[in-house]
Order: sequence, then C-alpha cells, then structure tokens
Amino acid sequence: MNIKIQDSTHSTRYIDIYITQRTFDASQLFIMLIFSFFKTLTDQVITVELKNDLSITGTLKSVDQFLNIRLDGISVEDPERHPHMLAVKNCFIRGSVVRYVRMAARSVDTTLLEDATRREAKEAKK
Amino acid sequence: MASIESYVDHLVQVILYDGRIIVGKLKGYDPRTNLILADSVEREYSTDQGVEMIPLGLYMIKGDNVALVAELDEEKDSTIDYTEVKAEPLGEIHH
Repeated sequence: MNIKIQDSTHSTRYIDIYITQRTFDASQLFIMLIFSFFKTLTDQVITVELKNDLSITGTLKSVDQFLNIRLDGISVEDPERHPHMLAVKNCFIRGSVVRYVRMAARSVDTTLLEDATRREAKEAKK
Repeated sequence: MASIESYVDHLVQVILYDGRIIVGKLKGYDPRTNLILADSVEREYSTDQGVEMIPLGLYMIKGDNVALVAELDEEKDSTIDYTEVKAEPLGEIHH
C-alpha cells in the first residue's frame, strides 16, 4: 500500500495510519470472501492462467487463505508449446502467480456472490 | 495450506518466478512455500537442443521465488526421452 505522508504534523500522520489500517481490513475481508467462494468450487474442473502465460486445467482439490490452489489430473492448454508439464499428475499453484481462474458459468451463483460482495463493501465502510 | 504435505519424499518439479525448472525430492516445506529439495537437477529447455540437466544437489528455495510445485509421475517421467524434447523456456512471471 502506497501511503504518502504529506507533512510531518501529528494530525496528518494519524489520518494516514488510520486509512492504512482500514484499507488493510477491507482487503482482508475481501480475500476471506474469495477464499470461501473458491472453497465452493472444490472438486470442479477449473482452468488457472498463470502470470507466465501457462494455462492449466484440472480438478480443484483445495485452496487456502493465500489462494494457493491444488489441482489434480492436470492438462496444459498448449502441450506443444509447453511440454514442461508432460509427466505431471497434480500440482500446487502459488496464489501470487495466478492471473485468472476460469470456471463453468453454472458453478457460480452470481446473484449470491454479488450480494455477498455488496455486504462486504458495506461492512468495510463502517 | 492447500497441502503439499502429500508431496514430501516424492519427486517434484518446481517452477520459479524467473521461469527456471528444478526437479528434486521434496524434503521439507513451510507455510511460506520455502522448500528443501534433495538431489535436485535443473532442467533447462531450449529450442535448438534437448533438455539440459544441470545437477544442483541439496537446494533450499525461498518461497517468494516459487510459482508452482508439481508432483512428477516417476514412471511416466522415465519414459520421456528428454534429450529429444525441444521447447522454449518458460517465461518469467509478469505482474
């Protein structure tokens, strides 16, 4: 989080720290929501696109609070270009390298998710 | 943690942030994905020759550099002739 302290008076500093704290709590809440959402996708087939352009499809076996993902029975989108994963059966993807997660539309209850995010946003504003 | 517990004492293939691939026996890990690999070998892919195997020995990898940990099917891995596999090396992680 990039917070600049513009002048060195005590009051300004106090406000800045307060904002930092608040942003932190809000993002924590948000991660918890996404974490719970991913848990509902367990045992479904998803495609994870990594930040090195590798796309891996497999069955979601588990997810943790860092949004690390464990996939079973994996296949790579373009095996000609990426033969690096030929002998791999399952893998653990670090949450920090995930660019996108693609899933079937029917496995997501969008209305429920929308409501939940709005509720979180409201909570964070308090 | 989304469980790499079951990978301990198995042959794993680790992909790093800079695109390097290291294969070794997983000896230990922690919640920050710091890893200890025994008898590790770097597999260097290139387009003009087969995969080059560079022995590294016992390796400790700091979690910040780890992109992916995969369990290798040792049987399947031994059937692949890596001297014939040509591919572009994996790219770096771009945020």
